[in-house]
Amino acid sequence: MSAWNRAMTAMLAAAGLLLAGCDREPEFEEEEGAPAPKATQAPPAGPAGSVADRIARERSLTPDDVVAALKTYMPSGRLDEYVLFASGGHSGQVFAIGVPSMRLLRTIAVFTPEPWQGYGYGTGENILKDGDVPGVAIRWADTHHPGLSETNGEYDGQFLFIGDKANSRVAVIDLRDFETKQIVKNPVAINDHGGCFVTPNTEYVVEGGQYGHPLGWAYAPIEEYQKQYRGLVTFWKFDRSKGRIDVSQSFCIELPPYWQDLFDSGKLESDGWVFGNSINTELATGGVEKGQRPFEAGVSQRDNDYLHIFNWKKAEEVFKAGKVEKIKGFPVIALKTAIDEQILFFAPEPKSPHGVDVAPKGDFIVVAGKLDPHVSIYSIARIKKAIADKNWTPDPYGVPVLNYDAVKEAQVELGLGPLHTQFDDKGYAYTSLFLDSAVARWTLGGPYQSLHSDPAWTLVKKLAVHYNVGHISTAEGDSASPDGKYLISLNKWSIDRFLHPGPLYPQNLQLIDISQGGDKMQMLYDMPIGSGEPHYGQIIKADKLKPWSVYPEIGWDPHKQAVDATAPKAGQEKIVRDGKTVTVYMTASRSHFTPEHVQVRQGDHVVWRITSIERTEDATHGFSLPGYNVNLSLEPGETVTFEFDAVNDGVYTWYCSEFCSALHLEMMGYFLVEPSKAAAAEPAAGADSSGAK
Amino acid sequence: MTEAIKKVVGPRVPAGEFRARRARYVLPSLLLGAAAVLLAGSFFLPYWKMTLHAPQYPKGLHVQAYLNRLEGDVGEIDGLNHYIGMRKLDEAAQLERQTSAMLVVVLVLLVLGAIFIHSPWAALLSAPALLFPAGFLLDLQLWLARFGTNLDPHAALSSSIKPFVPPVLGEDVIGQFRTVAEPGAGLLVATAASFIVLTALWFHRRAYKPLFDRFRRRSAPTILGVRPPQQVQHA
Repeated sequence: MSAWNRAMTAMLAAAGLLLAGCDREPEFEEEEGAPAPKATQAPPAGPAGSVADRIARERSLTPDDVVAALKTYMPSGRLDEYVLFASGGHSGQVFAIGVPSMRLLRTIAVFTPEPWQGYGYGTGENILKDGDVPGVAIRWADTHHPGLSETNGEYDGQFLFIGDKANSRVAVIDLRDFETKQIVKNPVAINDHGGCFVTPNTEYVVEGGQYGHPLGWAYAPIEEYQKQYRGLVTFWKFDRSKGRIDVSQSFCIELPPYWQDLFDSGKLESDGWVFGNSINTELATGGVEKGQRPFEAGVSQRDNDYLHIFNWKKAEEVFKAGKVEKIKGFPVIALKTAIDEQILFFAPEPKSPHGVDVAPKGDFIVVAGKLDPHVSIYSIARIKKAIADKNWTPDPYGVPVLNYDAVKEAQVELGLGPLHTQFDDKGYAYTSLFLDSAVARWTLGGPYQSLHSDPAWTLVKKLAVHYNVGHISTAEGDSASPDGKYLISLNKWSIDRFLHPGPLYPQNLQLIDISQGGDKMQMLYDMPIGSGEPHYGQIIKADKLKPWSVYPEIGWDPHKQAVDATAPKAGQEKIVRDGKTVTVYMTASRSHFTPEHVQVRQGDHVVWRITSIERTEDATHGFSLPGYNVNLSLEPGETVTFEFDAVNDGVYTWYCSEFCSALHLEMMGYFLVEPSKAAAAEPAAGADSSGAK
Repeated sequence: MTEAIKKVVGPRVPAGEFRARRARYVLPSLLLGAAAVLLAGSFFLPYWKMTLHAPQYPKGLHVQAYLNRLEGDVGEIDGLNHYIGMRKLDEAAQLERQTSAMLVVVLVLLVLGAIFIHSPWAALLSAPALLFPAGFLLDLQLWLARFGTNLDPHAALSSSIKPFVPPVLGEDVIGQFRTVAEPGAGLLVATAASFIVLTALWFHRRAYKPLFDRFRRRSAPTILGVRPPQQVQHA
């Protein structure tokens, strides 16, 4: 037998031993070199099997542990099947994470400056500024719900939207280069929660509001809560060809101040509808210090809150017909108009629920109870019929509240603290249980019944997660065709799962195998996140993403996603003075910037343009200018322009801040700022705005 | 037509003879025609390619040399070469590249012309096409030697990369790069054309030598009106 054959036999024997051990623990724990179970007919374990066996024993790995390791381990160079886009919570960023390896691929800077990408340190300032409020620069966000762009209810891998709960903003990320292209600040709302949920063809990015407040960031005393405070949902029109939200075609709908919470868009059977829920139909206004009920109690008094049901296609017609009011110049469909035009309906839901999630076929809407141990399932067919039958009674604001019995499909008791629901390809739904620290698998009925062998609307399995789960995410699990396979539990607490770095503990993203039916769910892997609080995530099949490896052409402006004809070009580098403005046309390639000396006078305005003329994958250069708070990331082909006033004199050594080549350290240059006194002493100084060439 | 030209062009095939042994006379023409077509076609294919393997280029760097241009990762290879002080690849063989199209046209016309030459001159006309692949490789090897041995002594990596001569075909190691130089499809096609020319010339000789010998005897100059004695024909 050749050495090759012997090695193969040993490996097969080892695999056989491991797999057999998974189901039959005692055999796994037999002595080193023990024969594999007879049923497999495997030859005696060779050296590799002994090693794996010994390691498993030394590390106290159970057979399940070994299987979990085999399911997640990526040998060097092997690529993941899925990508999780997770919100970065307070980091104001988005994380792209490979699944099932749970390797962090990219931190996408969105609302927060991030020096590695140069974002906010020479590039992206204009995008960040669009998210400011007058007089206040906002440089953080509480990113909540990433929303991948969709075509026919399926992720298309082109764009990603992410909402900022704290400041009611929405950002657009282009997935060709994984960079933020736009931030829009909601001019009417001061905070939100239900963003971003896209309509099935990304016609609109839906941003649902949260806490009631006077619209347009206005002032009104809290005592006038019922009259002056309002809820809101915003429909941001997305222009796919431009890759931008078209603010001029976007609008809001005024709502009662019921504290709208999560949202989801209908699809297929419920295309044209958007759903949201609410948690404060009590209209509690807090004031614990004044002897009033604190919010946490006041908001939870009534047995019911309201599922919000929007006919967005009708709303779009009304908006286009101009039946809107303007608040801060932004069109708002008034509550009365929304009622009169049959845009808005309510349906009772158990008090203070949390997630509202639309099933893959668009037929069912699942509301998770939060304070109620059930998920409540509504049927869009029943909702449409109830609306047609006018089977409703108005609430105090005149909004039609549909008869609960007429619209409900089922209720399933899952456990304590149900929050968010996702779906798979086998007719199961999964709901996070915050208080139980568990994920519940339960069965859908109706058209999903044939996909599984369990009774409809039944809890099948609860799997413990660690700990305090918020959102969960299954592979393409909120699209029209979920893949199943993996579920990621985004846990708030990790307690004992990791070495803890002081009292601020990492979040815990737990990967769970859901590929088998029935009660088989397996915990595979814990991924700590030590940066912000991932809130929600979406898992997309990796082959749907078509990112560029280098920018398509030299001189590419990522903000325009086009070549900038005026970008510096190789061989045409120059420094041009026009009055007190000095424009630098620079190129970067391994391992030099051209030019390497830039001389200005103190007080000059410097416009610095750099093009990377690299065409090689991963040959990124940095540009860091000390003393002027500049650091750029120049990816192959990219052109960047940044401007500043040379306020301080001196000699500044810029350098390439990405280790680009063996001569990386030599890739530097001198920025020489002559003192203004010296400049004044010269007759041809820059004070003469017309004299310089 | 002067005697000299007649001697170069050689005899025409009598109609009866041609009808009797058509294949014998058509074959060398067909083969020469085919060789000309292949040679012309080879112009549009890469003649030579080099792949550079290094740890940080898992997909390798590739350069393809056509007769008139370079394609592939030329910019990246030039960028790397500047560390060892090598000149830009585009500066090499500029004359050859500029004249290559004309050269191929001439070679093709010569081969086509040989079809109508029924004398040993046909071999001379075909010779450039026959030798062209070897000439290409020789020229390329000279350029490789010139580039590899004329490195800028002040280049950044001059202390670790000494002048070198990469083989025109085969493997070499330069710095962290393993280079593999291979013939391209164009060179293979041109080489095939060479062999076809060689074969054609053999058939050409078989077909026309008897005719030519007879023709030469008939047109041999007379000395004082008397033909020189004929050679003895051995059976």
